Amino acid sequence: MSDLFPDGPDGLFPRDLAWHPPAATPGYKSTTFRAPRQPLLSLDATKSELTGPRFGHGLIGKLDNDLIRNYSQDGNEAIGQRLIVYGQVLDENARPQPGVLVEFWQANAGGRYRHRKEGYQAAIDPNFGGCGRALTDENGFYTFRTVKPGAYPWPNGPNDWRPAHIHFSVFGSAFAQRLITQMYFEGDPMIWQCPIVGGISDKAAIDQLTAKLDRHNTPPMDALAYRFDIVLRGRRATLFENRKEGL
Amino acid sequence: MINRLPELKETPSQTAGPYVHIGLTPNFCDIGGVFPLDAGITMLAKETPGQRITITGRVMDGSDAPVTDAVVELWQADAGGNHPQTSDSPDKAFTGWGRQPTDATGTFCFETIKPGLVAGPDGVPQAPHVSLWIVARGINIGLATRLYFADEAEANQADPVLNRVLDPRRRQTMIATASQADGATTYTLDIRLQGENETVFFDI
Repeated sequence: MSDLFPDGPDGLFPRDLAWHPPAATPGYKSTTFRAPRQPLLSLDATKSELTGPRFGHGLIGKLDNDLIRNYSQDGNEAIGQRLIVYGQVLDENARPQPGVLVEFWQANAGGRYRHRKEGYQAAIDPNFGGCGRALTDENGFYTFRTVKPGAYPWPNGPNDWRPAHIHFSVFGSAFAQRLITQMYFEGDPMIWQCPIVGGISDKAAIDQLTAKLDRHNTPPMDALAYRFDIVLRGRRATLFENRKEGL
Repeated sequence: MINRLPELKETPSQTAGPYVHIGLTPNFCDIGGVFPLDAGITMLAKETPGQRITITGRVMDGSDAPVTDAVVELWQADAGGNHPQTSDSPDKAFTGWGRQPTDATGTFCFETIKPGLVAGPDGVPQAPHVSLWIVARGINIGLATRLYFADEAEANQADPVLNRVLDPRRRQTMIATASQADGATTYTLDIRLQGENETVFFDI
């Protein structure tokens, strides 16, 4: 193993960019002026990309993973269908990723975000902020409680609506594993009408963004459970331990 | 050891959307009381060794409009060229990781320290640099780049990553200019998502 990376195997599997949406997806108009046009510069990761921020439990407050209560202003809970969303963070080698930070944000049950630029007429819920976070446990699992976000219209096409979704931000152990994505709900017919989802060309990739209803983990008389596993880029192991440095 | 074929596919990226500030910098967008502080807002402690610097710039789109709904993350080595092991609390000497929203003018701003030389491939040290990652509405997959320092000309010339950019004009899109005021050093670099002087972004 190279002296440069004494802490573990070096390198990450290359990103399969065809699996992700490309930078420019004309159906999603906001990409028009925001998609780079030059080809990306392909590089082997160095220490700067193979390391990354690590977070501890000191960061996480008691209600951080409870969106039903973490913005309560009057002691009441957020309005909407109660959900438990959970899942396992793995890498491409199917290795669980313990101790990684997962952050999530979403619209309220009516499909409205708590943001000054938000113009949709659906009501604000005074007890719903819309953000939370969790660290994965020793087996790579995160969990949080929330309400099901509503679908909402957005200014793109003449009558485009986003399917119900929750935004996710995930850290791995390497900065080059950094990922932001969106989770959709199994069976939602809106998924297939969405220009943002439609930027992904492979149906199996879209399916990977669809949380599955999990009746086994649904606590009776409480909240429906949905499972959403997240896969980060995997690290490759070094083939020869005595290879020339830097190769 | 021999690598097994990867068993799983990476979860596909989706845009952070117009309200990424709600999720990543809620206090900045008036959602108070959920988190005491926005994560990554502070990178430094009083005792952090190294030269204090400010890193700032604007995120601009291909029509020369400021990108006001972006989040910029920064990851860097300490003054000795080592990346910190933990980044979770501001009372640690140096977190190495920062996260800032862009404001109404598209401006981001980090208070940090100048990183040292970082070990690189083939034993060639990498010039002092910070890694940047940019997300916003209209960005389908987070954009990775680096910021180098104009006053490190000699190290920049030998840097293995900068040298992979064959067009020297494009190299400049990663080199921040230095300015001094009241004894403090500010490095400025605009991130241009598209068009003339488009920033070099990495597939790394």
